[in-house]
Order: sequence, then structure tokens, then C-alpha cells
Amino acid sequence: MPFISNTDKERKEMLAAIGVKKFEELLKDIPGKFIHQEPCCLENPLSELEITSRINELVSRNISTDDANSFLGAGVYDHFIPAAVDSIISRPEFLTAYTPYQAEVSQGTLQYIYEYQTLICELTGMEISNAGMYDGASAAAEAILMAVRKTKKFKAIIAETINPLYLQVIKAYTEGVEIELVMVPEKNGLVDLKILKDKLDDETACVLIQTPNFFGNLEDVFAIEPIVHSSKKALFIACVDPLSLPLLNSPAEYKADIVVGEGQSLGNFQSFGGPLFGFLATSLSLARTMPGRIVGASLDSDGNKAYCLTLQAREQHIRRVKATSNICSNQALCNLAATVYMCLMGKQGLKEVSEQSTTKAHYLAEKICKVDGFSMAFDAPFFKEFAIKTPIPASKIIQKLKHKNIFAGINMKQFGYENMLLVAVTEKKRKCDLDGFVNSLKEVSNV
Amino acid sequence: MSKTIFEKNSSGRKGYTLPKSDVNLKLEDCVPQNYLRKEEAKLPEVSELDVMRHFLELSQKNHCIEKGFYPLGSCTMKYNPQVNEVLVRNKGILNLHPFQDEDTVQGALRILFDLQQDLAEISGFSNVTLQPVAGAHGEFTGLKIMRAYHEAKGNSHKKKIILPDSAHGTNPASVSLVGYKMVEIKSNEKGMVDIEDLKAHIDDKVAGFMLTNPNTLGIFETQIEEIAKLVHSVDGLMYMDGANFNALMGYIKPGEIGFDIMHYNLHKTFSTPHGGGGPGSGPIGVRSDLAKFLPVPMISKNGNKYYFDYSHKETSIGKVHSFFGNFAVNVRAYIYLKMLGSEGLKRVAENALINANYVMKKLENHYYIPYKDIFCMHEFVANNKWQKEKSGVKTLDLAKRILDKGFHAPTIYFPLIVSEAMMIEPTETESKETLDEFIEAMIEIARESEDNPEILKNAPINTPVKRVDDTLAVRQLNVKFEM
Repeated sequence: MPFISNTDKERKEMLAAIGVKKFEELLKDIPGKFIHQEPCCLENPLSELEITSRINELVSRNISTDDANSFLGAGVYDHFIPAAVDSIISRPEFLTAYTPYQAEVSQGTLQYIYEYQTLICELTGMEISNAGMYDGASAAAEAILMAVRKTKKFKAIIAETINPLYLQVIKAYTEGVEIELVMVPEKNGLVDLKILKDKLDDETACVLIQTPNFFGNLEDVFAIEPIVHSSKKALFIACVDPLSLPLLNSPAEYKADIVVGEGQSLGNFQSFGGPLFGFLATSLSLARTMPGRIVGASLDSDGNKAYCLTLQAREQHIRRVKATSNICSNQALCNLAATVYMCLMGKQGLKEVSEQSTTKAHYLAEKICKVDGFSMAFDAPFFKEFAIKTPIPASKIIQKLKHKNIFAGINMKQFGYENMLLVAVTEKKRKCDLDGFVNSLKEVSNV
Repeated sequence: MSKTIFEKNSSGRKGYTLPKSDVNLKLEDCVPQNYLRKEEAKLPEVSELDVMRHFLELSQKNHCIEKGFYPLGSCTMKYNPQVNEVLVRNKGILNLHPFQDEDTVQGALRILFDLQQDLAEISGFSNVTLQPVAGAHGEFTGLKIMRAYHEAKGNSHKKKIILPDSAHGTNPASVSLVGYKMVEIKSNEKGMVDIEDLKAHIDDKVAGFMLTNPNTLGIFETQIEEIAKLVHSVDGLMYMDGANFNALMGYIKPGEIGFDIMHYNLHKTFSTPHGGGGPGSGPIGVRSDLAKFLPVPMISKNGNKYYFDYSHKETSIGKVHSFFGNFAVNVRAYIYLKMLGSEGLKRVAENALINANYVMKKLENHYYIPYKDIFCMHEFVANNKWQKEKSGVKTLDLAKRILDKGFHAPTIYFPLIVSEAMMIEPTETESKETLDEFIEAMIEIARESEDNPEILKNAPINTPVKRVDDTLAVRQLNVKFEM
């Protein structure tokens, strides 16, 4: 039997040592009618060879973004990942280690989380980062809960330009605890500042803005911030793409109070949408209301520098019902991938990734707009993703281009926008990929 | 102590290569100046070799399952088959985008569909969602479903969730996250739910009961039928925390013994690597009338075609994750289940139980075991009672000394109902030989605590760092490197 070390002989010896003759005696306290003597209905066990062919066969029914020309984004992006990332995260010392509760035998994990926290703080300009959340959506939801905890106000204002999937998760997280979500509509692809001003009052716990937003557009954060902070207590939560930060204004520059986002684009594969990881950073004054784990530096009994989990008094294993969140596991291995990625790409590489994604996206946008019937949906500045209006339903374009192995973008109809396609570009795209997409768009829209 | 990567910085050094952009546009033509960052982020400048050496050096300071035994109660740190890791690193798994057209991801959808089916089959539930990405995330999802169930019936006065005092810390935290009120009930002298105390709290306001079975003392709650009957009598729902499902697999189906909702910890029970704290996966299973509340989308099948099923969108609790959960983790669980089959599941439970009872028996004369007159399931609880009486040794000291012997320490100071508890779970993947070495080390430590308790109080000494001062870490908060 795979993955079980005891032989039948050893089992017998152990049973004898326990003082029973056969295994079933160990179940004697369980009501007999609950116990299944017959095996359940799983298929017969597969050998390693068989499961390998099974997986290979199933995988052959997928088309990966490596084998297609993909322009899909909306929170998950196909950025380049250096080989060294996977070789490091595959090491058993990282892969099969436990949560670092026993600090003395977990310094590897603790130190990389400390470095991860530092990198997130550098990118965002914030003072403290936690050790990671499930994904960008849950991080955004937890940031709202955190603002409510801090301000003791129960109204959260959210820009409708946020990723609608995030909004669904936020709803699930907030409705039970009676937080009122107030939406501010979109105007020209950006949050409507006039309405934001109207909705904001002294009962507001926070305002959540995503930039670049769901359409890829850059919100006018310097205009938003004074509005948010004109309320007595309201906190400004910025949801950002971390790969925009080497280039674009850091949330600290526009005085955000809490910064969250999806970290997948930092060295993690798309993996069909998971694992992803969320990040959450803020100022020290909010540290005790933060959800999730935090690693701190300390000293060991010889006076040498050592790391450990810190501020644990906020967490569920100590505070139980009064904990800042129920989070027990974070996404440590994903954080490691991000840490290794950020170290490898470094100061210049991250900027280059960010810059190439932006310029290539703008090149593509310009080209598409020269095709008959296509135009930009909005005229706001954008980063690496943009929305275009299509002359025929987006679903038709997607279906037709699929047969040319082009994943044309996301059909915005499912989010309430007719004849609109959301197109994402990363540094991986070559000019010929972009031109190929444009040519195919010409063909399908002419028919 | 290792330098941080920031101290290895050398201006101008690079650890990457990228093709030159073949697109003739400049950044300033694309983004207006006032959107650009004013102050540069201080990011490292290091070579690939610097990075490899740095992280290799860090890796050497971790304990991991391939290095040694991890007897962590409630955490089921079993060995993870290598084939999982090889197979999951396929571009057809890693490089799939969640918004791809269904036609281009039929293999992925089939894996998810089959895993939903298999998890339902082995637990006796009718439907399973793979969306929650951790055990506590599954608890949250399950409680949301409970809430949706009661609200659909117009029973919005149901706000109470009952928990035993032995519950995992995530249970109460999840209860308050969904806006419910926790009522804690006592355990009896046998370490099980005190039925009288439960009865005293059963009323119309009860929305549900969250129970870990076997519980965190490693004991099967034999009165489960009666408990379920009581809770169901006021239309409360029974939630099973599946953290300890390892002990039951193949023998008992929680859906048949009174539970209505359950989460699975795929990263524990189904051997996906713990990753130093995640990613995990925490699917939940429900009885049939609760299926309409599950998060969307479900993965369904029409003829031979698999698809994202949003058909119950109106009644669903919505979404708890951006997409469909931790797909790459779920694939590992799929592989593991397919390799075990029904007989394999039983063997897992059997060996988990034999290993735990064996260690408990061998240690019973050396450590105080509060609940030892019954067989334990896959884990048991001991503590430092005798050591403390003789030499003032704390459970923390015992744990730190265990690290010195090359083993990870058991879970300590949990469950809360046993003073200074030490929770030991060997798992089924460990051999008698390893267990004997561990037992010998534990007996040796018990002896040391009499002969030379100072050794324990100063432990660990054989680890990369000595005992870490965690109160100092709180007092002088240092959570990022200052450059």
C-alpha cells in the first residue's frame, strides 16, 4: 500500500503492544452501525504509472496559455516566472514544512516571510505587512472588516470600478456582520467623484478603491484621498496590482491607510485561479487590528538575531471569538515564490516588467482602435489592461479567435457591459503576438 | 544568523534576463507623469546565484517532513507522495487562466468534478464545493450556508452556535466572522460533549453545533447520535470540523452519522504539502437540501462536457474566493485519492490509529495522559503534570527539548481544557521504527527532567537558533528590514 510504512508484521507487533489482537478492537467505542465493513465506491487504486498517464491524458484536454496567444487578465496574469523560483519553492524544506510555530526549527520560513513583509512594505510604502491572505478578494474583504474594527463605524463605501468578483467575496464576508456596503457608480471608467463625495459621511468606516481598476484604468487617487479623509474617521483602502507599483504612485504617496491586492502576478502561476495570494499592508497604528500572521525579528537566548511569529494575541488560537480574523493558514509558499521573484527581478527587473507590460498594452490598444468598429471603451489613463468596445458581441470574437488559439480577452457582458472586451497584456507578449491578435480581430469582425 | 537578502545588495547587479521590448513606445507616451512614482522602491539588486545561495541557506534552517518526524496533533503532518509534485508541475495545470473558455479546460474541469464526487462519496454527503481554500475558510463557508438555510426559512432569530470547549480556535473565530454568537459547552470527565450541559443550551435560537469528531482530545464522540438528535430537534444544523477525518476514512461517513455540513482539510488528510503555512484547501460537503446554498460556480457535467454551473446563483451564498479555490492543491488531492482507492483509505485510518495507540501505550508510564482508559483515535493528549510536580518543567520546555532530539515538537497548549497539553499525532505514514526512536527520545527527556531539568529549561541547543524571545518581539516590534 502506498505511503504507509508499517508492514503487516509490524502492525501485529504494535497491536500486541497496545494489548489487542486485531485492529477492529480499537474501534470498540464507536457504535457498530456507523462502521462500514464494505469499501466505499471509489475506483480501484491506480499505480504511479497509471495515475501519471491519467493526469497526462486529462491535461492534454486543456490548452495552456503557453500554447495559445492569451490576453486574459482580470486579476490573474501571465507574467514571466524565472526558473529559479520553482526550483526554490520545490525544495522540501519549504514545501513540506509546517506553520512556523516552533521558531527554532522554522527560521527559514520565518526569515523569508520577514523579507516578504519588507518587500511588500517597500512596494506599497506602508509600515507593516502581514504574512499573506487567501487572495486579493478576501484581503479586500478583511481590510473592510479591519476598518470597521478600528473606526467602530459600519458603513463601507466601494467604488463600482472594483473587480466584480472581489465584490462578491466582500458581500459574503460583510453581510452577516451588518456592514452596509454603499456602491459608488462608474463614470467614464473611473469612480464618480461627485457621488463619492455625496455618499461619504461621518458614519463611514472606509472607502475602497481599486487602481488600476477592473477596466485597467488608473483612478485619480490624489483627488480621491482628500475626499475620503474629509470624513472624521474614514480609512482609505487601496486595492492595487503589485506589479504596477515599481512604476506608479505608491499608496503611501497618496496617503492610503490600508493597501491590499492580489499577489499572483509576483512569480506565481495562474493555476486556473488558485492558489492565489492576497497581501495586506498598513500603518503601525493599525497593526493590532490587522488580520493574519505577522513575523517579527527578536533575539534568541544567546542574544543572536532570530525571527518568530509576533502580535499573536490578535489571532484565533489565542483570542478565539475575539480574534481579528479566523485565518489559520496563510499562503506561505506563494509568498515565498513572490519573495524569490522580487529578489531575482530586483529593482530594475520589476520596473522593466511593469514598463514593458504598459507600453505593449498601449501599443495593442492603439492598433486595435485602428480596426473598423473597435474603440477604447474609456479614455482614462490605463496600465496593462484595457476595455475596448467591439462592433459585434464579444462572445463571437472570443469563440472565433479560440479556433485560432487566441484567448481574446474577457467578455464583459457577464458583468453588465455589452459589446465590450477586457484585454490584458504582459511583458511576455512579442510584437508579432500583438499584431497577430489585431489581424485576427480584423478578420472576424469583417465577416 | 543569516544576513537578509537586502544586506547582499549590490547596486547594478541583476538576477534576471528579459527580451528587449520590440514595441516602439515609451512609458511617457503611455502614462501621464503625475501617475508615476516619485520615490523609488528599495528593492534588492542581487544575482541569481546570490538568490539561490540565500534561499538554500534559509532552507537549511527548517524542519520538514523529509527531514524528520512531525507528531503534530490536529495537524496531520503526513508524508506527501512525490508523484503529486511532479504531475502538478505541468503547464496544462499551472498555466491555465480561470477565464479560459470551458472548451479549453475540459481536463481541469473533469479533475475538479471527479474530486467533488469522490469527496462526497467517502464522506456520505450529496454535494461538495472545492472553493474554500483553507480549513477555516471552509468553516466560514459552512456557517454562511447554515445562515442561508435558516434565513430561507424565515428563521432569522437563530443566532446561536454551540461549540464544545475543546474546539479549535478557528471555530469560535469563524462563528463571529459570520455574525453568530458562540455558546461554549463543557466536556465531561470522559473528554466528550457533556450532554446535560448541551441540553441546557438547546433552544429555538440554536442555529447549529460545530463539532470535531474525533475531537481534539483524540476521542470519538460516541454520543453523536444523541447530540445530532438534540440539535436537529430545534432545526439546528450539525457542522463537522473535518480536521481529524484521517482517523475515520473508509470506515465512517460523517454524512451518515448525523452531520449536515463538513469541511475537509485537503492539506492534512489528503497529503498535500503544508507549505510552511499554506496554500491549503478546505472544501465542504453538505446534505442535499443545502446544495442550493453552495458558492458558485459548481463544476457540473452535461453528457461528456464539464461546465461551470451557476444555475443556483439566486440561492447561493455567492463566492468566498475569486475563482474556484486552490486548483493546484486540489489536483494533488485528486491524485492521492485515486492512488489510494477505497481499500487504501481504510489502511490510512487503520495505521493512523495503530500508530497513535502504540505511542500512547508506550508513553503512559512516563507522561501523564488524562484520558487513557479508552483507545484514542489518530492522536492523543498528554501533559507535563509529573514533570512539573518534580522539577517545575513546563510543557514548553519539553517541546523545546524534543526539537533537540531531531523531531518537531507536538502541538502544545492545545486543547485548552487540558492544562499545558501536548497533543501527539504520529500519522499513518510513519514506521514503527521512527515511532520507537521518538518514544525513546520522549522517555529520555522524561528522565532528563528528573536528573537535569536545567537542560530542558535551556533547550533547544542543537537547533539553528536558541530559544527565541517572543515577548521581546512584541515589545520592540520589528516587522521589516530597515535599509
